[in-house]
Amino acid sequence: MIGVIKGLATTIKTMLRSPVTVQYPDKHLPMADRFMGFPGLLWDVKIDESKCVGCKVCARYCPTDCMYVSIKDNEKYAEGKSHRKKMVDDFVLDISRCIVCGICVEVCNFDAIVMTQIHEIGNTGRRGLWADMDTLHAMGKEYEEEHGPAYPENQAVGEEETAQ
Amino acid sequence: MVKTNGDAKLTLKTEEVMVNIGPQHPSTHGVFRMRVTFDGEVVTELEPIFGYLHRGSEKLAEERTYTQVITLTDRLDYLASMSNNLAYVLAAEKLAGIQPPERAMYIRVIMAELMRIASHCMGLGFFINDLGALATPLMYMFREREKILDLFELVCGARITFSYMRIGGVSGDLPEEFMPALVKFINEMPGYIDEYEALLRENEILISRTKDIAILTAEKAINASVTGPMLRASGVPWDLRKSDPYEVYDRFDFDIPVGSTGDTYDRFLVRLEEMRESVLIVKQAMEQIPSGPFRALAPALIHPPVGEAYAHVEAPKGELGFYLVSDNSIAPYRCKIRAPSFINLTVLRDLIIGWKLADLVVIFGSFDINMGEVDR
Ligand code: SF4
Ligand code: SF4
Repeated sequence: MIGVIKGLATTIKTMLRSPVTVQYPDKHLPMADRFMGFPGLLWDVKIDESKCVGCKVCARYCPTDCMYVSIKDNEKYAEGKSHRKKMVDDFVLDISRCIVCGICVEVCNFDAIVMTQIHEIGNTGRRGLWADMDTLHAMGKEYEEEHGPAYPENQAVGEEETAQ
Repeated sequence: MVKTNGDAKLTLKTEEVMVNIGPQHPSTHGVFRMRVTFDGEVVTELEPIFGYLHRGSEKLAEERTYTQVITLTDRLDYLASMSNNLAYVLAAEKLAGIQPPERAMYIRVIMAELMRIASHCMGLGFFINDLGALATPLMYMFREREKILDLFELVCGARITFSYMRIGGVSGDLPEEFMPALVKFINEMPGYIDEYEALLRENEILISRTKDIAILTAEKAINASVTGPMLRASGVPWDLRKSDPYEVYDRFDFDIPVGSTGDTYDRFLVRLEEMRESVLIVKQAMEQIPSGPFRALAPALIHPPVGEAYAHVEAPKGELGFYLVSDNSIAPYRCKIRAPSFINLTVLRDLIIGWKLADLVVIFGSFDINMGEVDR
């Protein structure tokens, strides 16, 4: 009997603490800085082109094979406006297969991809979960607007390269 | 019912009943099925049936690079992903001969011990839930697990499938806000464990339901290769952190809680005490952690020399081992996983036979198995 009473005392003590429930869809808890949602592509605002050069390294390292990337010659390079010889032609990410592991971001040599915090991707069809290049760029833009530049430490390097 | 001769004596004709428990049953912790034969209320035969969650992780690992396999290990025991990550990267490092920097080893130890606390919280919570104490203790334990998951979110951005460890270190250094949050949690946690104890340890109902129920003798446990808290509850002080120290465990001072009889109550107590020891280890690691790099310089694609390696860790459920064979390509030639839950299940039949239906669920709950790991 003593044990049960002891347990009850604990329960009552806990009951007196204030509850911490947050009504989820209406209110969101703050996310950690590093919280990983689905990946998004970054946009080089200065040159007005994508930072992604379509090298496919991310697609090769992705454990679930969920990216489809193609590459083309960069017209702006021919005009001398950009330092990127090649440019991404098409980039599709199958969000329904992405397992949010962050490996693509780790292997990208051009700092062109970032784990955004977008994670609420409810959709009524599977096709709606295929993110095309524009969506991915929009996701990346949204991330940079909220969190500042995704790779601040490499910002200066990028600028130098552009200046050359 | 048969009427016998004229003596007006009634005898009951009984026959054994076969009952199917699972695969979808709240007490089976995943998709696990038991074909149980009852004589009245007493279990006379039990046949475990599994494989419903089989995803072929070992085979999939053969066509993925060494780094990509880390994401597969997350999904083995999904309540203790960090420990799985750790076991795998240790095996891969052994194979490739990569030495992680000191700081990385400390970070990994902190993560593995936090994971142990979280996993035991779930193990105990669901065990108590199976006993009939619906939700209250479970919710208390969920509360603390939630805090640990928040800590993990700070370091690696994910809450369940972390993929945090990498061959040669970890994927990112501890962020600034992590240490204060960890200190706060570690100072709070012993109080919460006291709370669980006050709630449960002396509870008469719990004791009468678990004391001297399903005794697993040390001899039987060793024979069946049972590891982890289940083995220690039987009185065998076998813990890989002490008996074959990996990472930096030999630098910490901690005890191995062992049980005395090996009954269901001991299995419960051992897990409770282990949480306290884990808190101690994290505390020491926090004080000793050096600064420096968090990741060794290793290429993204490793080609380990031809050979094989086995590495094991003390995962929350027991000895988790990875056996890797390399043929000098970018993917393992063979990846064998020694899953503790699967091997612990071998004593399930012996333990449950002779006990009643109501005990079956409790005994099974005290195993703390995870189907993701059993079926792989
Ligand atoms: S995101 Fe990076 S790795 Fe992927 S194709 Fe573009 S530049 Fe290459
Ligand atoms: S986060 Fe992982 S699964 Fe998703 S696209 Fe990147 S590499 Fe692939």
